[in-house]
Amino acid sequence: MTELIVRELQVKLEKKLIVNDIYIDLSVGQWICIIGPNGAGKSSLLKALAGIIPSTGEILIDGTNVRDLSERDRACWIAYVAQEPVMPAGMRVFDYVLLGRTAHLKMLATESPKDLEIAHYVISELDLNDFIDRDVATLSGGERQRVAIGRALTQASPIILLDEPTTALDVGYQQEVLELIDKLRKEKKIAVISTMHDLTVSGLYPDRLMLLADGQVVASGSAESVLTRENIAKHYGANVTVIDHVSGPIVIPERDRL
Amino acid sequence: MARRISPLAWVASAVAVMFTLTLGVSIGAVSLAPLTVWSEISSNLFGTISSANSSESTIVWQLRLPRVLLAFVVGSMLASAGCAYQGTFRNPLADPYLLGVSAGAGLGATIAIFNGSGSSKILLPLAAFAGALGAVLLTYSLGRSAIAGRSSTALILAGVAVASLLTAIQTLIQQQNTDKIREIYAWVLGRLSTSGWNDLAIITPYILVCIVVLLRYRRVLDVFAVGDEEALTMGLPVAKARAAIIVAASLGTAAAVAVTGLIGFVGIIVPHILRLIVGNSYRILLPLSIIYGGVFLVLADILARTILAPQEISIGVVTALLGAPFFLFVLGSSKNGSVT
Repeated sequence: MTELIVRELQVKLEKKLIVNDIYIDLSVGQWICIIGPNGAGKSSLLKALAGIIPSTGEILIDGTNVRDLSERDRACWIAYVAQEPVMPAGMRVFDYVLLGRTAHLKMLATESPKDLEIAHYVISELDLNDFIDRDVATLSGGERQRVAIGRALTQASPIILLDEPTTALDVGYQQEVLELIDKLRKEKKIAVISTMHDLTVSGLYPDRLMLLADGQVVASGSAESVLTRENIAKHYGANVTVIDHVSGPIVIPERDRL
Repeated sequence: MARRISPLAWVASAVAVMFTLTLGVSIGAVSLAPLTVWSEISSNLFGTISSANSSESTIVWQLRLPRVLLAFVVGSMLASAGCAYQGTFRNPLADPYLLGVSAGAGLGATIAIFNGSGSSKILLPLAAFAGALGAVLLTYSLGRSAIAGRSSTALILAGVAVASLLTAIQTLIQQQNTDKIREIYAWVLGRLSTSGWNDLAIITPYILVCIVVLLRYRRVLDVFAVGDEEALTMGLPVAKARAAIIVAASLGTAAAVAVTGLIGFVGIIVPHILRLIVGNSYRILLPLSIIYGGVFLVLADILARTILAPQEISIGVVTALLGAPFFLFVLGSSKNGSVT
């Protein structure tokens, strides 16, 4: 059972403190969502965990310090899907998804039949068979996210980081992508850390929310405990009403004068 | 699967290579029949009886064949280096010439000639290599830290600046040593004419090693296509891989220009035409660039020898005449001059 433990994580960029004093405990099958106003450090936190930007503090996976690992070994533990994944013009969906096997290949090796098989398996699981030969640059927003998630699944890492996976999508695609992530983390025992923009949506699927403001965690726990009128007023400077609903708290912006 | 070259493409490539090599050796002041050419080559390789007379024999074996093979090897290297640069910098306009590598090699070679090492078959390529590597590192660090960040435009501008600087220093050295100008100038313009088997023997090992190294990185070049950040999270040691590719491409380019002087645009023209035909995967582009880079430079050399015959144009002039308009075409057809 894979477990991610983060202690006292800190990110500094050009001497400026971007993210400070982050603690995370996450087991496979769980989903933590990081929310917070623009500039709170959500993406930076995710990038630090992915190893893209430098950070200090402990990041342990099953007791192994991630900082001691090579790029390849780290990638075998943690996969990352960028907010807007780069879709190289002229690359086919299959070849793009296959890139996920990089973590499992020596740098100068080429893919074995087993790697191709894994990519095919992921593609059929995500219902991508119909556009396996499509140029990734021609895909729509929702298709891009699915293909990028497919690449992360091909990487077969127990932890997946998703930076705002639904921000660019309309409500239909949002649901489709989030349902997919939810299904995968439960079936495949994957631990998910995502950032999210839409507060109501962030309360629907993840187990826990972490509210980040100025790089610090200011609230964390269930959606009901984090998405309160007071928290949102204080940290977003927004005037909202929160309505309880069976699927989670619904956050509605309010107008001062009616 | 578009990750492998089809058997048909291999056959077509083999035919293209044999055809161009034969054409290159046949055409010249004295035209030779292809049969005579191959009969002479076979006689030298396998000891069969040649149908060529003694002057034809000299033309084939001592003059034209080494020159044609040199053109092929250098063309292969320049095209595969350009292809590799384009992959690792994610920029379809990257070319050894544009990133200042060739100017760096030129400065290195000029200093070597100035120091009286111009006739040294070891020091000249070494000096050219050192210059090439220094130039590309300078361009890369300037391009990254430039205001525009990592955009491909900043990189090309940095390359232009580095090339101008190094060329200026080179000119300064030339002016101080006017007695060596002819020697330096002949080198700078690019020449295949003075080559014999010797030149070919010197650079082929360097180039072969570099091409083999680049070929082994062909899958990695495809990984670079998603950008540094995502490539890193997929487990690619980005800095290490890029450094290895730059060293191999620069070493090979340096070896090539050390013998032939500056021959530009091969690294853009060949991979780009191939991109239009076979797509963007470096697993296909790189091997085909090696083959058709060779074919292209042999054909360019035929043009250089025949357009103003009996006079000969510098090969670097021919590739620039073909390449510069082509460069503008690529610039215009790729959105914002970049694929990133």
